Amino acid sequence: MSSQIPHAHERQAISLFQGEIVRRALIDSIKKLDPRVQIRNPVMFVVELSSLITTITWLIQAFGGKPLGGGSEPAWYTFLIAVWLWLTVIFANMAEAFAEGRGRAQADTLRAMRKETVATMRDGSTRAAAELSRGDVVVVAAGELIPGDGTVIEGIATVDESAITGESAPVIRESGGDRSAVTGGTRVTSDRILVEITQEPGQSFLERMISLVEGAERRKTPNEVALNILLAALTLIFMIVVVTLRPFGLFAGTSISETTLIALLVALIPTTIGALLSAIGIAGMDRLVRRNVLALSGRAVEASGDIDVLLLDKTGTITIGNRLASELVPMPGVAESELAEVAQLASLADETPEGRSIVVLAKQYGIREHDMGTLQAEFVPFTAQTRMSGVDIDGRRLRKGAGDAIVELVRGEGGSPPPELQVVLDRIGNEGGTPLAVARDSQVLGVVYLKDTVKEGMKARFDQLRAMGIRTVMVTGDNRLTAAKIAEEAGVDDFLAEATPERKLALIREHQEDGRLVAMTGDGTNDAPALAQADVGVAMNTGTQAAREAGNMVDLDSNPTKLIEIVEVGKQLLITRGALSTFSIANDVAKYFAILPAVFISTYAASPGGKGPLHVLNIMGLGTPRSAIISAIIFNAIVIPMLIPIALKGVGYRPIGASALLRRNLLIYGLGGIIAPFIGIKLIDLIVHNLLGG
Amino acid sequence: MTFAGWATIVLFAVILTALALPLGGYMAKVYSAQRVFLSPILAGPERLLYRVFRVDERQGQDWKAYAKSLLVFSLAGWLLLYLILRTQNAFFVPHGLNPLGYHSAPWNVTFNTVSSFVTNTNWQYYSGETTMSYFSQMLGLTVQNWLSASVAVAVAVALIRGIMGRSGKSLGNFWQDLVRTILYVLAPISVLGALVLVSQGVIQNFSTYLSAHTITGLSQTIAMGPVASQEVIKELGTNGGGFFNVNSAHPFENPTAFTNLFEMLLVLIIPAALVFTYGRMTGNRRQGYAIYSAMMALFLVAVVVAYVAEAHGSPAQHAAGLHTHAISGSGGGNMEGKEQRFGIAGSALFDVVTTVTSCGAVNSAIESFTGIGGAVPMANLSASETIFGGVGTGLYSILLYVLLAVFIGGLMVGRTPEWLGKKLEAREIKLAGLGILVTPLAALFATALATASHGGRASISELGKGPQGFSESFYAYLSQANNNGSAFAGYTGFVQPNAGNVGSHGVTFADLLGGGVMLFARFAPILFALAVAGALAGKRVTPAGLGTMRTDNPTFVVLLIAVIILVGALTFFPALLLGPVVQGLTGHLY
Repeated sequence: MSSQIPHAHERQAISLFQGEIVRRALIDSIKKLDPRVQIRNPVMFVVELSSLITTITWLIQAFGGKPLGGGSEPAWYTFLIAVWLWLTVIFANMAEAFAEGRGRAQADTLRAMRKETVATMRDGSTRAAAELSRGDVVVVAAGELIPGDGTVIEGIATVDESAITGESAPVIRESGGDRSAVTGGTRVTSDRILVEITQEPGQSFLERMISLVEGAERRKTPNEVALNILLAALTLIFMIVVVTLRPFGLFAGTSISETTLIALLVALIPTTIGALLSAIGIAGMDRLVRRNVLALSGRAVEASGDIDVLLLDKTGTITIGNRLASELVPMPGVAESELAEVAQLASLADETPEGRSIVVLAKQYGIREHDMGTLQAEFVPFTAQTRMSGVDIDGRRLRKGAGDAIVELVRGEGGSPPPELQVVLDRIGNEGGTPLAVARDSQVLGVVYLKDTVKEGMKARFDQLRAMGIRTVMVTGDNRLTAAKIAEEAGVDDFLAEATPERKLALIREHQEDGRLVAMTGDGTNDAPALAQADVGVAMNTGTQAAREAGNMVDLDSNPTKLIEIVEVGKQLLITRGALSTFSIANDVAKYFAILPAVFISTYAASPGGKGPLHVLNIMGLGTPRSAIISAIIFNAIVIPMLIPIALKGVGYRPIGASALLRRNLLIYGLGGIIAPFIGIKLIDLIVHNLLGG
Repeated sequence: MTFAGWATIVLFAVILTALALPLGGYMAKVYSAQRVFLSPILAGPERLLYRVFRVDERQGQDWKAYAKSLLVFSLAGWLLLYLILRTQNAFFVPHGLNPLGYHSAPWNVTFNTVSSFVTNTNWQYYSGETTMSYFSQMLGLTVQNWLSASVAVAVAVALIRGIMGRSGKSLGNFWQDLVRTILYVLAPISVLGALVLVSQGVIQNFSTYLSAHTITGLSQTIAMGPVASQEVIKELGTNGGGFFNVNSAHPFENPTAFTNLFEMLLVLIIPAALVFTYGRMTGNRRQGYAIYSAMMALFLVAVVVAYVAEAHGSPAQHAAGLHTHAISGSGGGNMEGKEQRFGIAGSALFDVVTTVTSCGAVNSAIESFTGIGGAVPMANLSASETIFGGVGTGLYSILLYVLLAVFIGGLMVGRTPEWLGKKLEAREIKLAGLGILVTPLAALFATALATASHGGRASISELGKGPQGFSESFYAYLSQANNNGSAFAGYTGFVQPNAGNVGSHGVTFADLLGGGVMLFARFAPILFALAVAGALAGKRVTPAGLGTMRTDNPTFVVLLIAVIILVGALTFFPALLLGPVVQGLTGHLY
């Protein structure tokens, strides 16, 4: 038996160029010119100030005055620089607005479901959903919307959660156990449940989700803060370079106009990454949302890129989770078909996956399925005391159950189990399987071999994780022997056998004390402490409310292998930041070669007005000094919208090892960042130079 | 260019590496307080020093305490040196220590000189043989040569401990690091080195100056003095302050081609060895090898450019029809301002050795280099002491750049950046960024002030208003900001009509600005480096995995080199254009 890993259900990516988003982004990018918004981003704030000063200079020139700070630049030149500086700021705002726009479109879909619902209280009275608070108990019947987040305390129902998960098949929610949490805004489709509300008004899961995807609660993550500081330091260095260039120029007899100095400053400071930095962060969250994962903080997304150890529950994640019958081992003197028939009869009323799998296996031995109703059989359910189940038919007792329990039963009936039984039981146990002995009255007929099956493709995934530098640890309640066998089969690096919530927590702490970052998934209330302790704790949406509150991410698909994708998104986010920073800084080389020869074209010229020695540095052969400077500024501005798609999509991550990845990105974004602007500025200059007419 | 020239360069690099490796290991032991072969001899004096100065050397200091000790010690040294220099002919100074009866230099020049020696810069507006008494030279300046070098080594060691620190905040004990540097590192090498120099003809005496009759019938004063003892520490401590004005071009300081090679080795030996010490102390020698490779690569590029440029001569020389080709009896090239006994290669190599470090000693006139050859020392200075750098300073400077490279590169492998397992966060980036910013900031601002003001222009000659004047001013402040001390000549801070300082006066603007720049660009980065050490010390260490960016492989070396070049080039490109590049591109003579 095998099954495919469920492919992550991915929400439709909202197109970047949907009319509504574009319109809103354009409006927002103008609104964001507000200096109070810009000051949060030191690089772009400098650009905005520069635009303002240049505009004032142009206005003064337009009214016949001399440009600020001397120089003899014509007014049209100042005007063009001013326009492109403003466009630089607007493009930066647009990048952020686009990123926010996609999230906002998703938020709108969510908001549409936040209809005014009326809650029916236990005593039959009604109350507006918005007035519910923690501890209230409401009754929700089929067809009604659940008024708020809560826990089912009575009853069982199917719930349509498609509104938040995008998954159309209804899910079962029942009191007790690990499937008790319900989300406000989802619809009960059958039965009736009592729900205890666990949220305070206005803080529902849905509302948190809306504000998250909208980016309203967005705070800078630690790494973003650090990068911002680096960018500010670079900005400071270039301000010093530009400020001191004026006296240096004067010493060489060259007066550099303030507009040109400002153009140089804006070209040098890392505007490209400065403009895209927040868009990259928002887009990272957005990419998670599209994979149906809600990160409750940007910090968690960043941390997921750093994960060193992944704790994975064996059941449901690595294995299919159900022990399935895979083999029948008859005792000496018993026909296989006889064993199959009895095993099947003993399992007919057993609705557990194990029981059903025995029925399916029996079919392969040619045993026709019996119908409980026509058999007149009496079902004996499994209990923790008897540790067996079965049926009584025609006064015969058919049982299947744990080996020792069956042995005891048979002995009690006066029979004696064959010596081969223990041999078979031990063999199966050693192989990591679970043996179920089958008996008819006082005779042991044989053993059903229940096997836990590893999902197909898991080994490849673990290899992939290993290549990313992540250790995988399988967590299971099985004994060591069983655990070791499955761990080997699945290809995980390590395992924790006979796991209890306490041991799980201790394991996480142990790894963290060694300095490793740990991620895990969980759904049960007893997972909550471990989820809270883990650096990245992904709670399954099907899990309990306690688990959902303890983790810092919620997977709406409740797919435990999603962690791998989460790690990839985290890494992509960081790589995108690093790559675009590198690109931005590497661009400066070409900008120097565009602007400095233009500025110093006639410095130390042999004859007044002639070309000085430094004009040979115009290696791009740009038309005129003015076209060169304008082209550099235009390049600097339009590279921002050109890189928006990369910022939003993220630079691809490949598990090829850190060194290879670094080499690759250094070549593309470092070397590429040096070369690209030489080509770009030259091309722009060809146009600008022709338009200006020399 | 000659085979012998290239051979010298290759031989030098090989010998340096061969000597630095064992010394690095030795120093790692010294700073881990392990026993070394000199312990039986030196442990006694070491304990005595602790007892005399009432130091509990086992008391660990956090970064603030460490910095406080360092600042107090440096301030005390500053005051003492100022006092010595200003009282060199006071009644209590024995005549034997000031046989020529030199007066003290004025306050402004003394301020500059004192700041210069306390900061390991050894920028010299004065000429030693006409300004300083033997007492000032030996007990004033030479003592600071020892102490300022030791202070910087202590900072480097403290930073390594911060990077390594597994628990707690201690960076070690400043006093212990200071004493151990002097006793176990500087002293043994100095004693040996001075003996080698004396054997080659470097003088060591307290004679009055000799008077010699030249063959042209004139008389010439030949300055004497305790040169060897100052010469050795001048190189070993990357101080660079010559006993004589012409520094290592003087035959009594640097008599032969052998001493030339020997002195260059003295300059680079500790900066090079400290890199290996870093590798040893971090428990991964490859970390040291990686940084060494980056440094050596940049160093060799600088040497090759300087050598080729000097051997080729300048466009102006070609335009004037001067011979720059090798002919019989001459290696050719630009020999202006160079000593025949060192030749082009010996001069170019020496120039690069002393400008990548903070040594600043010279054996040839840098201002007489070709445009491109002269751009090399400026480019070296633009690298802010990351190419070997000064004793101690070099290591802590490049480690700040490593931090920056790790941050950018670390992101590109998809993890929040970590350096030797420690996460780099806002605080470290802020401190390292500021630490890196200080030197360029000081150099550029001071040059801007100097070139834009009357006070500044007074220091350059009437002839040098063009790119040469700019180079002189820029170089002066770049050199002082890097605590280097070499000069592009021409830039004056002291006018001295007679030997002995009677009637001399300083140029207050140049003296104070330069002194201020030296102090700021020395102690601000030290504080930032110590603060980085403090920030890193207590951090949790993440074990390295496959996904961790390595800092000990060729890819990282390339990244580090790129970061150093990019930061240096982007900061200083405009200034370099207006000085040496203009000169290198034109046949016009300035």
